[in-house]
Amino acid sequence: MSQPSLSRSIAVEVNGEVYEREVDARRLLVHFIRDDLDLTGTHVGCDTGNCGACTIHLDGQAVKSCMVLAVQADGSKLRTVEGLAPSDDQLSPLQQSFSAHHALQCGYCTPGMLMSASALLEQNPRPTEEEARKAIQGNICRCTGYVNIVEAIVSTGASA
Amino acid sequence: MSTTETSTTAAPTELQKGHIGQSIPRKEDKRLVQGQGIFFDDVRRHGMGYVHFVRSPHAHAKILSIDVSAALELDGVYGTLTGDEVAIQTDPFFEMSTPPGANIKDYALAVGRVRFMGEPVAAVVARTRELARDAAELVEVEYEPLDVLVDARESVKDETVMHDDAGSNVVWSGVFDWGDWEAAKAEADHIVKIDELHFHRFSSTPLECSGALVEYEKASGQWTLHCNHQMPGVGAIWMAPSLRTGIDKLRFITRDIGGGFGNKICLHPYYVTLCLLARKLNRPVNWTEWRTDQHTANAHGNERWFHDVEVAVKSDGTMLGFNVKALDDCGAFPRYEPLGCIIWAQVTAGCYGWRNIRVDFTQVTTNKSPVSPNRGYSRMQHLWLTERIIDIVATELDLDRVEIRKRNYVKTEQMPYETPNGCVYDSGDYARCLDIALDLIGYDTIEERRAEAAARGKLLGFGIGSTLDSGTNNFGQSQMLNPELQFSGNNEAATVKLDIFGELVVTLGTVPQGQGHETTASQVVADIVGCSPDQVNVRQGHDTFFNSNAGFSGTYASQFAVTGLGAVKGAADALRAEMIQLAAAVLQCEEGQIELADGFARIKDGPAEAALPFMALGAIVNANNAFLPPDFNPTLNHRFVYRPYFGPVDVEKKMGKLTLTYSTQIHACVLEVDRETGVVEIVDYAAVDDCGVRIHPQIVEGQVHGATAHAIGAALHEEFIYDEDGQLLTSNFYDYHVPHALDVPALKTSAIESPSPFTPLGSKGMGEGGGGGIHCIGSAIQDALKPVGKPIVYDSCNPYHRVWSMLQDPERTRANVEVVPA
Repeated sequence: MSQPSLSRSIAVEVNGEVYEREVDARRLLVHFIRDDLDLTGTHVGCDTGNCGACTIHLDGQAVKSCMVLAVQADGSKLRTVEGLAPSDDQLSPLQQSFSAHHALQCGYCTPGMLMSASALLEQNPRPTEEEARKAIQGNICRCTGYVNIVEAIVSTGASA
Repeated sequence: MSTTETSTTAAPTELQKGHIGQSIPRKEDKRLVQGQGIFFDDVRRHGMGYVHFVRSPHAHAKILSIDVSAALELDGVYGTLTGDEVAIQTDPFFEMSTPPGANIKDYALAVGRVRFMGEPVAAVVARTRELARDAAELVEVEYEPLDVLVDARESVKDETVMHDDAGSNVVWSGVFDWGDWEAAKAEADHIVKIDELHFHRFSSTPLECSGALVEYEKASGQWTLHCNHQMPGVGAIWMAPSLRTGIDKLRFITRDIGGGFGNKICLHPYYVTLCLLARKLNRPVNWTEWRTDQHTANAHGNERWFHDVEVAVKSDGTMLGFNVKALDDCGAFPRYEPLGCIIWAQVTAGCYGWRNIRVDFTQVTTNKSPVSPNRGYSRMQHLWLTERIIDIVATELDLDRVEIRKRNYVKTEQMPYETPNGCVYDSGDYARCLDIALDLIGYDTIEERRAEAAARGKLLGFGIGSTLDSGTNNFGQSQMLNPELQFSGNNEAATVKLDIFGELVVTLGTVPQGQGHETTASQVVADIVGCSPDQVNVRQGHDTFFNSNAGFSGTYASQFAVTGLGAVKGAADALRAEMIQLAAAVLQCEEGQIELADGFARIKDGPAEAALPFMALGAIVNANNAFLPPDFNPTLNHRFVYRPYFGPVDVEKKMGKLTLTYSTQIHACVLEVDRETGVVEIVDYAAVDDCGVRIHPQIVEGQVHGATAHAIGAALHEEFIYDEDGQLLTSNFYDYHVPHALDVPALKTSAIESPSPFTPLGSKGMGEGGGGGIHCIGSAIQDALKPVGKPIVYDSCNPYHRVWSMLQDPERTRANVEVVPA
């Protein structure tokens, strides 16, 4: 019987840029993004898929990138927090709203929160408070108590 | 001390009004919302190796042998370190206790014996994270299990002793006796007795785990730690002697830190291991803690038992005092301990005027994770006791919980108020905060809502948590534990300079983890020197090699708004004076004629051309100084060390000013309990805060929200549970449930401002909160359950199964309390 291959070459498009890399078959997508592509805005806060700090968009869906192998993302379009702002000098309305509402303190959960929230807003541009809370229930924040995060999301929708 | 409404607060110092008190946009946000923050794990170095720790599966065992040979053979493994090497190359960390605790030997890796599940026994370094983990599995460790102690009440018997060098599990014990307890007992109409209360084990579990990238420079013997230690000054005091090196050989650099809450104070064992590995392997090493390891083996909050509580009460509800035996469980090693044996005494009296308090305090080790400070450190446990006492007394003597609080609260006209143990409450108005909180939760309609809920089969209750957040420690209190300790007072440093192009540059000794220090420091500097916060560049994070490092530098114990900003203010004041002096010399006028405003030094009411932009001042001193007279040497670069004045403490009587400021938090909530399941739902929640002058109200409110969410988690969900073998059963976010967005209700907040008369800006530290939510939720559960046999809330954590048990068997909890006529 032949041995399973331990690594593979993959190609992914991240924030509009195409990357081709040889990756270990067991490499988690989050470690691929952080360690191989040096996109360190995506964070790791747990080892069980609970915290959501690593949330990205994979072909338009919000996913926890620690629950996906890098090889599974082969051929996909990814979007990370680095791809949210239209430009370095111009934040997206959601990013501006997070700042205006003090929806972040240490900023560690923020990339994942923004990715979950932006996925919600793309599907549901005017979410209610309850819908916003449900959309981020897979994202843990230990600083804010969520109050201002929920406000930031809802008000982004309201002003859209 | 007067208390003013927030809208009418006057800054107590002579500042140019403008930015202090405004919720300006945070400087930190732009990078953080774009994923451009720099957390330690984002830092890379050429050739760096990844560290994985080999950890003990046993709670207590002898280490018979460690074999790393198979790990070393794996391709891509750079090297290993074991306890034997640590024992040769380092000295044990110094212990703060007197004997027996002083004799405990604590090394970076386990030496000869493991004392808690997850204790590191060896470390492996490899080319990738995955390889390091693989290699760690190849390390063979042979153990001989020993009897396990998971309950402090067993540890104290010393039938099994964890640390042979100490010869006892007791780390520290002592009696605190203030006022006259026996006289209070004699004067009382009732003595309310409570057999046992338990404050449970949890921690704030910051979302970013601990870690560091450590580099070693052979030529100079210099270590650089890119890390997330939140108290590097003290970290270095632990590490340098252990590593047998000078303190300046340890350079701590922090940039963004993903939350701390005290849990990143006791990282020295891990960091010493990393220093040894970086030196041994001559390469940079990265250690990023796994979440499961953080829960298992980093830092829990102190667990505490209260036994034989006696409370002296008059018939009218006047509380005369209490007597209690406290038994604190610090886990396997007293790392920051036994400081927790004294820190609680900052809030001995809580919010209340009782004058006779006796506490017999003992701290013991157990075979569980070591503790470290955790948001509300040690005071929260004691405040929980005081709030439990008030509620239990009210329940047993059928007194109104609002009235008994108001009757016994320290009054605003008594401020500054000296407590029975010599602490001074600087300012506050507790009764007013309570009125606001009750108003916010709709207290006046509570009985109607109770009836309405009952009709739906729900038990509705309301609760109150009255707490103080004591800030700016006097480290002299450590001498009450050990008179030999050479720690007292407090300090923090900052530098402010005017640079060549007119930019104000600030460095801080503090170590922000989300509290917005860059923003608030810029507000203070802007108001002092007369410019916009945009002109002020506050360097990110902490760097030992900035000249703003002091012995107690760090961010902990609710003090930045006092110590950090006190240092910033001192440095900015000195810079301002020099800028005025320089401008007067250039414009050839009296110093009194110069004003600094809008980024200019100008002659007041002078012609438009009699104005120098800050850029001109910076350029003159830094690059165009030939014309300055020989005896005038401005630097425009100032360092200030802020040092609060405390005076000496009375070590014998254990009395003195233990801390400088006292913020107030009054929380109130309404909740409903499902009779069938014990499920608790918070339906209304209010938090009223008074931290004196608020530099940035939005940041203050954010801290209130965060502390409340921590308290809700602790009160209802979060608990580190060990089985009888010392195995942690809640080692990840599945089993250890921290609040999610659906768990935290809408929070109503309000604030009053009672400026502190003791601080440079009238501000007070407030970030920790006092655990108000833990107290008010317990209080509300007890109230809700009253119709079902009056059970007593005896634990600080009340998950649904515990509430259900109280519903099923209220008598079991009632057996815990007794009222005897005095």
